[in-house]
Amino acid sequence: MKIRHIVLPISDKDIKSLKCGDSVLLTGSMLTARDASHQRITEALTAGKDLPFDLDGQTIYYTGPTPARPGHIVGSAGPTTSSRMDKYTPLLLEHGMKCMIGKGRRSVTVKKKMLKSRAVYLAAVGGAGALLSRSIKKIEPVAYPELGAEAVFRLKVEDFPAVVINDIYGGDLYVSGQAAHRKA
Amino acid sequence: MRRIQCRAITETVASLFRDACIYLPPDVIASLKRAARLEKSPLGRETIKSILRNIAMAKDHLLPICQDTGTAVVFLEIGQDTHIIGGNLTEAINRGVKKGYAEGYLRKSIVHRPFSARKNTGDNTPAVIHSEIVPGDGLRIYVLPKGGGAENCSRLTVMPPFLGHEGIVEYVINLVDECGSNACPPLILGIGIGGTTEQTMLLAKKALLRKTGSHNTDTEIKKLEQKILAGINMLGIGPMGYGGSVTALAVHIEAFPAHIASMPVAVNMQCWCSRHREAVL
Repeated sequence: MKIRHIVLPISDKDIKSLKCGDSVLLTGSMLTARDASHQRITEALTAGKDLPFDLDGQTIYYTGPTPARPGHIVGSAGPTTSSRMDKYTPLLLEHGMKCMIGKGRRSVTVKKKMLKSRAVYLAAVGGAGALLSRSIKKIEPVAYPELGAEAVFRLKVEDFPAVVINDIYGGDLYVSGQAAHRKA
Repeated sequence: MRRIQCRAITETVASLFRDACIYLPPDVIASLKRAARLEKSPLGRETIKSILRNIAMAKDHLLPICQDTGTAVVFLEIGQDTHIIGGNLTEAINRGVKKGYAEGYLRKSIVHRPFSARKNTGDNTPAVIHSEIVPGDGLRIYVLPKGGGAENCSRLTVMPPFLGHEGIVEYVINLVDECGSNACPPLILGIGIGGTTEQTMLLAKKALLRKTGSHNTDTEIKKLEQKILAGINMLGIGPMGYGGSVTALAVHIEAFPAHIASMPVAVNMQCWCSRHREAVL
């Protein structure tokens, strides 16, 4: 299988080139956020406050890692279910977010908004927290430390494996992949 | 009469959770290897291979297999001739959960007031404890760290009895079709049929403790398990929902008599990362 190397922050050129079903290896910088931090981000943006990080061009990985053992950079860090972020996602897309990494289907509203914002949604293998953590070379707290595992961290990743689910042409691997193998 | 110290229970619970989150049972691994051979989609096969690499890596680096180290579910089979001494049983288990999750560097995922403040309890307590009094004089402890993603896809219904096999098959397959891709397939389904509503969900969860792919000893139930599994694997959801021929590894059904008016059916959804471990004191 052909695997594409993508550098983060993701360029518009790379976004254009991605098709649903593509396997990619990501290298560069991304932020983590899940339920509680999405709520904080939304509250801040709605109140017109500045965020302690820039969403423009950003890649957000939906994860809440386990604590690192002494001598390790990070614990296990696999993706969480993305649909719980759907409620908050359109606003983040309006503020320039370009790429999301999680697992599972997105809502119709999010998919429409992604098309409009020319953003992509990728999945990492759910449950593969140990494997994925090996691609994380650096982790630093960025915001909301009181949320523990749900805080926002900046990750430096090398060859982080993911699969393109939603591309900017309306492709959706959860639809096309299943349709190709469905027998009933 | 056997006497069992609470201290021993705490230590056992702690090590069971630590180990359960790092080492997957051999039957689950064997079932995933078989799935890698059966899967028709190249991306699906590659995905199962990643899962298998992840399992090996977790073991080598003492990392949790999945970052969602779950709600601490504990099943107790308490021999009726057992006397638990040196403290309070529930507290002993919760101390074990706290110790295991701290020492194992496991994620603490439990929040107080889930309907509002959602403040993390900080130590993954309280555990969800189910106890049963059984003949004999020992204590058997099963732990099952249950991740949120798959648990969120679990469902309970009470069907009119006339729906029978067909109603059950349709209900379960529709449920997997609706949310299977969110629950980290290939899945294992624990299904409870009968009893009352709370009993049937408990049967469904307990069914997850069975060896992956083992069948109910009742031949009619075994056929129902096979029929549901075959139906799910026709859906095309595949590993992680990327499309493929292996959506579920196994279907485990446990049944109980029910009221003349009712046929409760519960599905407890389990991701491929089916973590459970047991010990006898």
